[in-house]
Amino acid sequence: MKFTEEHEWLKVEGDILVVGITEHASTQLGDVVFVELPDVGREVEKGEEIVVIESVKAASDILAPLDGEIVEVNEAIADNPALVNEDPLGAGWFFKMKVADLSVIDGFMDADAYNDFTG
Amino acid sequence: MSDLHRTPLYDLHLELGAKMVPFAGYEMPVQYPLGVMNEHLHCRAQAGLFDVSHMGQVILRGANAGAALEGLIPQNVLGLKEGRQRYGFFTNDQGGILDDLMFANRGDHLFLVVNAANKEADLAHLRAHIDGVEEITDRALLALQGPAAEAALKAIAPALPDMVFMDVATVASDFGELWVSRSGYTGEDGFEISVAADQSVAFAKALLAQEAVEAIGLGARDSLRLEAGLCLHGNDIDPTTTPVEAALVWGIQKTRRTGGERAGGFPGADIILDQIANGASRTRVGLRPEGRAPMRAHTMIFASEDATDPIGEVTSGAFGPTLEAPMSMAYVDRDLAATGTTLFGEVRGKRMPVQVVDLPFVPNTFKR
Repeated sequence: MKFTEEHEWLKVEGDILVVGITEHASTQLGDVVFVELPDVGREVEKGEEIVVIESVKAASDILAPLDGEIVEVNEAIADNPALVNEDPLGAGWFFKMKVADLSVIDGFMDADAYNDFTG
Repeated sequence: MSDLHRTPLYDLHLELGAKMVPFAGYEMPVQYPLGVMNEHLHCRAQAGLFDVSHMGQVILRGANAGAALEGLIPQNVLGLKEGRQRYGFFTNDQGGILDDLMFANRGDHLFLVVNAANKEADLAHLRAHIDGVEEITDRALLALQGPAAEAALKAIAPALPDMVFMDVATVASDFGELWVSRSGYTGEDGFEISVAADQSVAFAKALLAQEAVEAIGLGARDSLRLEAGLCLHGNDIDPTTTPVEAALVWGIQKTRRTGGERAGGFPGADIILDQIANGASRTRVGLRPEGRAPMRAHTMIFASEDATDPIGEVTSGAFGPTLEAPMSMAYVDRDLAATGTTLFGEVRGKRMPVQVVDLPFVPNTFKR
């Protein structure tokens, strides 16, 4: 599993990248009450705001970590946003995307580097 | 946060694991480890303890204090019986609301509680018009709210008398003299308790030691008061909103209205009394957005999906943990304010339907 500076985690499953938010991010956000997911099939660019999360505190965005195509979204968190807090690294995943070259994820932080990053 | 004030309970908040944030010049707990959602639900299910010591506690003494206060607020002060409290608001010459407050008749004096953010301005305003204004700085203020509040307070202050909503009493206790009112700002039955600062930590700990009581932060305080349809000064009411626009006419007693015994005589009376008779062009309403997305403050409200000009604006909006749905308060044109009207709020460039609903969102449980 790799981590971005925007507090997303990235996991490779076959030729697909699974994306969610980190435990640190879910704690900082507080109780999540609403998630708006992108449409399946959407072509996204790195840095594009593609998910809206509303917590009891505020609204925030999740950015596309890489260029690619959204191939699946986690409808379960749209129905039950609390999953994002309960299991951010598992059942609370956000979307799966197809990217041109999966090897580029090696450039992101590993768990140790991310822990240092969040200090 | 070094230039911020701290309440007498500051160290206790840290001990309880609170996340502290700056609020109205104070370092205050926004949430504890329980989290905003669970704190909110706990308060409605059992009892929540809030530190509201940042709010201003003010005493007005002197035979003319009541009459002088009536010169600043459109409430019936002179008719308030001893042992009773009332909601009020300071108005300005434009009829706007400078601050809202609670005032109580405690026999030989009036006791006022004003908002933290406006405390200094309120004191200056009071002192400019009334002699014998005394700010209380050696007492903490706590709110204990929820269905288990009475039992929890009685357990550590057995002398607590029978009280109904908006009663006030002085209660002798192991923690010194408590100035208790049966009121609060959550929509729940409960109490606000003024306690000597040097007894306040022991008092709070004795409450928190009880199974039913949890500490509640500002985050849940906001969602609780919004579900209860209560205004937050600075958001939902301010110097540019009149009590009529704010749908607070219920808070202006008949004695102060046109035809009343002591009609007018407060700042902005002409404007406010005219609006009571003829209505105001906009009014505060409750809105229920469809779906789960909260519509937060400053969301613009439109009459239709394609209308160009907004007809209103959200002043408070959040997800209601008890309501299990988003809720907002907004000011809208009076012609579009009828319950059941469908309007549209623009969120992230999209027009989302909302329904005008009656306030409160969650019924109150005050002990009448």
